[in-house]
Amino acid sequence: MQLTISKIKDGTVIDHINSGMALMVLRILGISSGTKEPVSMAMNVPSKKMGKKDIVKVEGKFINEDELNRIALIAPGATINLIENYEIRKKFRVVLPGFVEGIIKCPNSNCISNAEREPIRSKFHVSKEGEAIVARCHYCGRKLRSVEDFIA
Amino acid sequence: MSRFKHLISIEDLTKDDILYILQKAEELEFYAKGTKGDKINLLEGKILANLFFEPSTRTRMSFESAMKRLGGDVINMTAQEASSIVKGETLADTIRVVSEYADAIVIRHPLEGSARFAAELSSVPVINAGDGAGQHPTQTLLDLYTIKKESRLEGATIALMGDLKYSRTVHSLIKALTLFNTRIYLISPDALKLPEDFLEDVKGDISEATLDEVISEIDVLYVTRIQKERFPDEEEYRKVAGSYIINSEILSKAKKDLIVMHPLPRVNEISSDVDLTRHAIYFKQAFYGVPVRMAILCEVMGVALGEVKVG
Ligand SMILES: Nc1ncnc2c1ncn2[C@@H]1O[C@H](COP(=O)(O)OP(=O)(O)OP(=O)(O)O)[C@@H](O)[C@H]1O
Ligand SMILES: [Mg+2]
Ligand SMILES: [Zn+2]
Repeated sequence: MQLTISKIKDGTVIDHINSGMALMVLRILGISSGTKEPVSMAMNVPSKKMGKKDIVKVEGKFINEDELNRIALIAPGATINLIENYEIRKKFRVVLPGFVEGIIKCPNSNCISNAEREPIRSKFHVSKEGEAIVARCHYCGRKLRSVEDFIA
Repeated sequence: MSRFKHLISIEDLTKDDILYILQKAEELEFYAKGTKGDKINLLEGKILANLFFEPSTRTRMSFESAMKRLGGDVINMTAQEASSIVKGETLADTIRVVSEYADAIVIRHPLEGSARFAAELSSVPVINAGDGAGQHPTQTLLDLYTIKKESRLEGATIALMGDLKYSRTVHSLIKALTLFNTRIYLISPDALKLPEDFLEDVKGDISEATLDEVISEIDVLYVTRIQKERFPDEEEYRKVAGSYIINSEILSKAKKDLIVMHPLPRVNEISSDVDLTRHAIYFKQAFYGVPVRMAILCEVMGVALGEVKVG
């Protein structure tokens, strides 16, 4: 298969993202217009394994592994390729973290984590029930199933 | 060493922790009564801060009584002070300040998770006395204590009746009861059934029933209040609530040693003729809040009860 985006010298390639989730991946990584590094993205690319997939490439930066693993919340099959001098130096599949801070917004409006003026970040315990990912609010205990609907 | 520094949710405790607290409560019950002026000064010189951001008479007074029976002092925030704080200062700041004034904090707050958040910020132990629709673990522990003392806990058959949908008391109690191999019957109007996703998370012998079906089989009947606000109109409320009232007639079909419990205050779900029967345990249940909270206060403040002699 042809590369949809040109090769990068150094950086992080996030492959096998469930199609449609690339923008959410950027959000989880905190990538925005304020980010210095060049970022490219391909959506709905044909894939043998997944039918269709998204890809995100961040040039000139090795993103921290813990940060990358948070992608598993919405794209459990994502693979990370760390590129050095055009070569893949390390490849791994994201691992679902057991606990995440920030990122997920608790849907319970009566939850302390949504109190406007309190110095508080959301905290969620993450686990799998069969194939499904479930997240439970550390503060109020609310359980979420489709985590992608609650990314802050 | 304390088994736990904070008490936020009953689910933070193991079965062994629960039995340990119930045992300690039993050792302290004699002193909870204040018989003959007997006092036990395990918490002498300690100060408990009651932070009630929502009105509560019973829970607050019961903590106050527990602390004083142990020789300690209590400082209170009034409801008026609470409402002005809610408008101005953050909960975080209040906790940071008050935890410097006291050796432990009891908090009731309308937001869910507030007690867990308070525990993160406090330099002293925090005890959750109700966080909105969330947790109220000291109520659960006193309920378990009552069942253990007045009936039996392990293997008991227990019916929970009334508002099973919104009652945090019921939710916490069910979770705890499943640790003790109990059989649980749920008796409620359709509109106030236990939520499906709650049931998904608990494993145990739990089934729906009517009171008629199970009255002769159960060891414990736990009644909760059906609140008017849960119904679209007054008539609907009266119709439903009216069919969930306990009286001495229905209890005539019960086992001799059935106990009837209620977290109080009741409105009319237990008629007063039940008070005179041997089944009525709810006032004793309210008293048991004192020894149970005494045990909890000692535990979080790291005071050993090992030396306490019973009686
Ligand atoms: N230098 C590079 N610049 C940009 N993208 C790269 C570079 N090298 C590899 N990639 C991308 O990284 C991903 C993994 O590359 P690889 O050559 O390992 O493909 P693969 O054999 O299909 O691996 P996989 O089994 O992970 O799908 C692909 O999406 C590829 O386009
Ligand atoms: Mg490939
Ligand atoms: Zn929450």
